[in-house]
Amino acid sequence: MGERTRAYRVLVGSRLRSQLAYRRSFAMDLLGSGAIGLLEFAEVYVIFANIDVLGELDFAAAALLFALANIGFSLADTVIGHVDQLPTYLRQGTLDAFLLRPLPVLAQLVTSDVSLRRLGRTALAGAILVVSLLMNDIDWTAAHVALLVIAVLSGTAIFAALFVCAAAVQFWLVEGAEFANAFTYGGAYAAQYPASIFSVPMRVLFTFVVPSAFTAYLPVLVLLDLEGPAGLPQWLGWCTPLAAVGIWAVALGGWRAGLRHYTGAGS
Amino acid sequence: MTEPIIDVHDLRREFTVRSPAGRLRRTRTVVPAVDGLTFALETGSATGYIGANGAGKSTTIKMLTGILVPTSGTVRTCELDPVRRRKVLARRIGVVFGQRTQLWWDLPLRESFRTLAAIHRLEDRAWQARRDELVDRLDLGTFLDTPVRQLSLGQRIRGEIAAALLHSPRLLILDEPTIGLDVLSKERLRVFLSEQRDLHGTTLLLTTHDMDDVQRLTERIIVVDHGRMAYDGTLPGLAARVGAERVMVLDLVDPVASLEGVPGTRVVAVESDGLRHRLAFGPEQTTAGAILEAVGTRGQVRDLTIEEPDIEDVVRRLYRAHSYHDHQQQARRS
Ligand SMILES: Nc1ncnc2c1ncn2[C@@H]1O[C@H](COP(=O)(O)OP(=O)(O)OP(=O)(O)O)[C@@H](O)[C@H]1O
Ligand SMILES: [Mg+2]
Repeated sequence: MGERTRAYRVLVGSRLRSQLAYRRSFAMDLLGSGAIGLLEFAEVYVIFANIDVLGELDFAAAALLFALANIGFSLADTVIGHVDQLPTYLRQGTLDAFLLRPLPVLAQLVTSDVSLRRLGRTALAGAILVVSLLMNDIDWTAAHVALLVIAVLSGTAIFAALFVCAAAVQFWLVEGAEFANAFTYGGAYAAQYPASIFSVPMRVLFTFVVPSAFTAYLPVLVLLDLEGPAGLPQWLGWCTPLAAVGIWAVALGGWRAGLRHYTGAGS
Repeated sequence: MTEPIIDVHDLRREFTVRSPAGRLRRTRTVVPAVDGLTFALETGSATGYIGANGAGKSTTIKMLTGILVPTSGTVRTCELDPVRRRKVLARRIGVVFGQRTQLWWDLPLRESFRTLAAIHRLEDRAWQARRDELVDRLDLGTFLDTPVRQLSLGQRIRGEIAAALLHSPRLLILDEPTIGLDVLSKERLRVFLSEQRDLHGTTLLLTTHDMDDVQRLTERIIVVDHGRMAYDGTLPGLAARVGAERVMVLDLVDPVASLEGVPGTRVVAVESDGLRHRLAFGPEQTTAGAILEAVGTRGQVRDLTIEEPDIEDVVRRLYRAHSYHDHQQQARRS
């Protein structure tokens, strides 16, 4: 096992060192990423300054929703967010170099970069999470604690899978960055808002196609014991790991098909 | 009888190129980049793979190494199907693309070697010894700790070649390794490559536009033209095939006005007031011995050298002959 992962540890290690080499600019990047998160949170705050309840959620609940969605997204973005730059890898021949090494291509792509600066947003979201957990009236059973942990892990996995989907799509659409962003950044944006405020088609889209509702909204329903809107019963909040497995299956299938398309076996 | 290290049969690869034609319409053109190649390379051999820009050399190499899937035909490299056994094959071959880097831009070579050793799961002691050998032979010592992006082209290529050889592959494939290098760097690289061959028996396949590379490093050449085989054999054989002439330069003891009329030769030039004569002769017409004998009856020969045909000229002639042949075939087809 150790021997197996050694290559990846060395690869990621070298990425980490090169980022931390310039401490000043790294600190600036970290702050910048946190500041962008703060601006987005301000948007939520402004909305609730005008109305008390939005889609069954009050401000405290909305803050919890925001925190969960952002922790998952920013962690995924840190670890794997660069994979949607696939066209750059193709252009520079980096993907060919991956194909000439005795490791899976996707694993090499994932470990080829880490964007530590995006942890600025994670830190902000973490702080909001702590505050919002105190603000909300949550029944702290063991099951609810477990749910919170599972939600964070599965949420990260779901966003990571969306990044892989976005990468796979770009094997076909070399100019498809915009389209690919709809999966990832679009999904992340939708995840910050209660799915109940969306029209039914959008609700279905962001639950069962792009499963971003699983990353935060559905677990929040369980934690606060709220009833879900039509079509989204509360118990779905326990199914985040299933959603993660499902979207990863789609992502890996898409990636394999995309790689086959690139090497020319598919088309 | 062992299996050839590279075995290619009726290999084809097409690319579909879509280009805008008018506002909404797009035309699809199928480009046959490699068009029915068959050849085999023996273990331990050194082969030059030659062809004009766009002839299909890089495409062939990508199919040999598992980067591209053939449209049809079969490839076997190191007894493996390159695409299906890509990861196993990667341990047995080393590949260098002169125009693209496989190193990490922000890492110094020392770090890159360490990373590659982990990727190939090499034993610490073994790879460190190999690295030291490569650093010594390729003279990498002075820039081992400089990030790759700050290296000169020549330094980078040497680093790339060391990186491709760190896991001691049986087969080394080089796509234009000497492109952009100065004469001295080219020469050093050639010395290094032939030395590796002698020491480790590494099989060599290289594409190049530099005929000196071919002459110095390889015993066999394969010429492709528009994805098709134009020639496969030795360099002298190629010269003979296109009827390239060699030139005998004769220095005489006493001046002679002209050596016109020596059978099978053509006077190219008379220099130094008749002391030096250049006679061109084709391989089929006569032999060097026969010329010497004929000249001996007309004057005393003090010294002689034979100039081999200019290879670039030979390949140009081959291309001309090949495309003429093609035109005829196409004319017949249509
Ligand atoms: N990915 C691709 N898509 C479309 N056409 C391609 C692609 N790769 C190569 N081709 C075409 O295939 C043909 C052969 O290209 P290839 O790169 O194999 O030539 P080459 O012999 O390596 O040339 P050079 O000496 O310039 O490197 C060219 O006509 C090229 O335009
Ligand atoms: Mg090429």
